[in-house]
Amino acid sequence: MDTNDSLRVASLWHSMHAISQQLSPTTGCSEIELLEANTFDLHCFQSLTGSKFFVVCKLGTQHMEALLKVVYELYTDYVLKNPFYEMKMPIRCEVFDINLTQTVQKDRVALLGR
Amino acid sequence: MQFFGGSEISPSPPTPTTTTGNNAHMIYIFNRNGVCLLYREWNRPLHTLNPQQDHKLMFGLLFSLKSLASKMDPTSADKGNLGVPQLPGQGCSFHSFRTNTYKLSFMETPSGIKFILVTNPRTSDLRETLKYIYNLYVEYVAKNPLYTPGTPIRCGLFNTAVDQYVRSI
Repeated sequence: MDTNDSLRVASLWHSMHAISQQLSPTTGCSEIELLEANTFDLHCFQSLTGSKFFVVCKLGTQHMEALLKVVYELYTDYVLKNPFYEMKMPIRCEVFDINLTQTVQKDRVALLGR
Repeated sequence: MQFFGGSEISPSPPTPTTTTGNNAHMIYIFNRNGVCLLYREWNRPLHTLNPQQDHKLMFGLLFSLKSLASKMDPTSADKGNLGVPQLPGQGCSFHSFRTNTYKLSFMETPSGIKFILVTNPRTSDLRETLKYIYNLYVEYVAKNPLYTPGTPIRCGLFNTAVDQYVRSI
């Protein structure tokens, strides 16, 4: 999926998020947390500032919310605290990428070990 | 996944939740053109829009979500462009999404009839439930000689059967 597609998907998600709040039967609906499809699951985490984190995983993977929160912590540590990072630009930070891969690997090992 | 197995309605699947009864908020049934064939609500404290807009918004939301799911599918090699209408069996389709206040379960039949059930977020997988409701639709609506396809459903028996079954979820 190239950058144009990512942008399209992101804007589509933003509108759907708003529509799903309108269609809620009760008050207090915040966001779509989980989308289950035939071949994958999509988890979404929204921070207090409105940044959305997504993870696409295999059907039925557990504890993705915890993973997303860890990724959010990594984001605040390596990206937001980076003085050279410009807001709203794509993230090009090696340390962030390394830590992200490590977290996902650790998670995978932990899941398989269970 | 069997839509055409047997002509009798299969026995209702076991109730999928731990807290039984009264978990459903509302149900929508759309045909392939976006006509809302059925809308019933049992528990909906908040109405944000008038019914027409509500139905259109729901249909549009489903269309976009299906398009997104087929684009984000990590297993398929060739994905169509976003916004291209997908045929009922084509591509990966989602079957439910969950927010903090509700869970929406979706099923599309090969003929393009879409069943949407909005329940409380703690319900488990409702695909079997939707299949059962599809069977009810086939028995009471599709086989009804007085029903014109593409028009809203006005069948008391069907409404009662759906109400009765959904209240037990």
